[in-house]
Amino acid sequence: MEWLFVHMPIAGVDIFWPGLIILGLGVGIIGGFFGMGGAWMVTPGLNILGFPMAFAIGTDIAHMAGKSLVSTMRHGKFGNVDYKLGAIMIVGTVAGFEVGAQMVMWLERMGNVEVVVRWLYVVLLTFIAWMVFSDVSKAKKKAREAAAKGETLTDEHGLQWHKTLQKIKIPPMVYLKVAGIHCSIWLPIGVSFFTGWLAGILGIGGGLIRMPALIYLLGCPTHVAVGTDLFEVMISGVYGAGTYTFKGRTELVAAIIMLVGASIGAQIGAVATKYIKGTGIKVAFGCAVVGCLISVLMKLAVKYLPAFKFYLDWGATFLVLGLVAALSIYIFMKMLDGARKELAMKKARS
Amino acid sequence: MRGKIQLIGMVSSLLLLLVPAVAMAAGGGGAPIVIVSDTRDLEGILKWWGNLYNDSHLYFTLLTCALIPVVGVIFGVLADIVMSHIGIDLTSKDLPGH
Repeated sequence: MEWLFVHMPIAGVDIFWPGLIILGLGVGIIGGFFGMGGAWMVTPGLNILGFPMAFAIGTDIAHMAGKSLVSTMRHGKFGNVDYKLGAIMIVGTVAGFEVGAQMVMWLERMGNVEVVVRWLYVVLLTFIAWMVFSDVSKAKKKAREAAAKGETLTDEHGLQWHKTLQKIKIPPMVYLKVAGIHCSIWLPIGVSFFTGWLAGILGIGGGLIRMPALIYLLGCPTHVAVGTDLFEVMISGVYGAGTYTFKGRTELVAAIIMLVGASIGAQIGAVATKYIKGTGIKVAFGCAVVGCLISVLMKLAVKYLPAFKFYLDWGATFLVLGLVAALSIYIFMKMLDGARKELAMKKARS
Repeated sequence: MRGKIQLIGMVSSLLLLLVPAVAMAAGGGGAPIVIVSDTRDLEGILKWWGNLYNDSHLYFTLLTCALIPVVGVIFGVLADIVMSHIGIDLTSKDLPGH
């Protein structure tokens, strides 16, 4: 069975390479579908496969850069990427992240950083989950009411916070063609500053926050939010790969093996958005957020229940990996179903 | 066209100046670690790769940053070819509007 393991020249460990491909495939599907890097899923997965934590983070970012590039290319061809919006948002993201990072340092001096960050994470994930599911139920209720009147509605008419925010008319105004938004330039900068600030405090890529923010605060159609968020992830990923590699924390051999699965997965995830309505994407995203929330709570519980540390740590890790498996299978099946229908229609036409 | 070039130039400048913060957001910071790759038992490309790492972190980083997008694009194009061969239309998509 030696052939199933590959030696990592920098980390100096032997890794089960089919595990890397499967992990890459799973997070590739999820990342391409939701528009996020998925560090919260990959890092524990790599750690389980035998990577020291420092290499798990660096290798994750290196593979994420390649994966996001593939997803962005695909979404770009579908017309799901608003490059202008992405470019504007980089300004706010960077500034917001700097403020968040400074706040973390201030909290460190106060000695509260870990507690504040972990509980902020819990509050934020709870809020995002509530927001997504209440939006979906509101949209369904409106659709039922419209159906009773004999009308049909598009699938994105739940929470309408963006309509209030778009009333802000501070110049300069900007028209974002792909997203179909005409608003003050300060709105995307402000929203990205806010999401960047949160990402800076939590020390995450931000896809988990930015994707719903693009939908609910800016008013992007779900598919454009996914594509544009991936564009942002790609930019931060390429640079992140550079900085982590320079620090000697990236195992490129593992990243390339993961990319075999991730590039296929990213295509599957991106193509799946073609067959699944915005509501479907939101529901699946909400489930991912809930899973992430439970795993964070399990990690938090270790502090209060040290006797159960072993079970809580492993439980959290397997919950995340189980979530990756379940979501990627769901998305893959949906993609297959949609592709089958598309091919049948083509056949019928010809 | 001119506007697009200006936008690309502006974004590139911003990236050069500001992107370290975004990169940190992609994974958090931490103290740098010094590791030497043990190449004694390695052969072929893995030995060369390990030696490159030991010789120069800068070259190693530059090569990594160049390889990741290239590999990503190659695998992406291959997946494209397979999907196109199956018959899935990869160029058009109806967006559900607001």
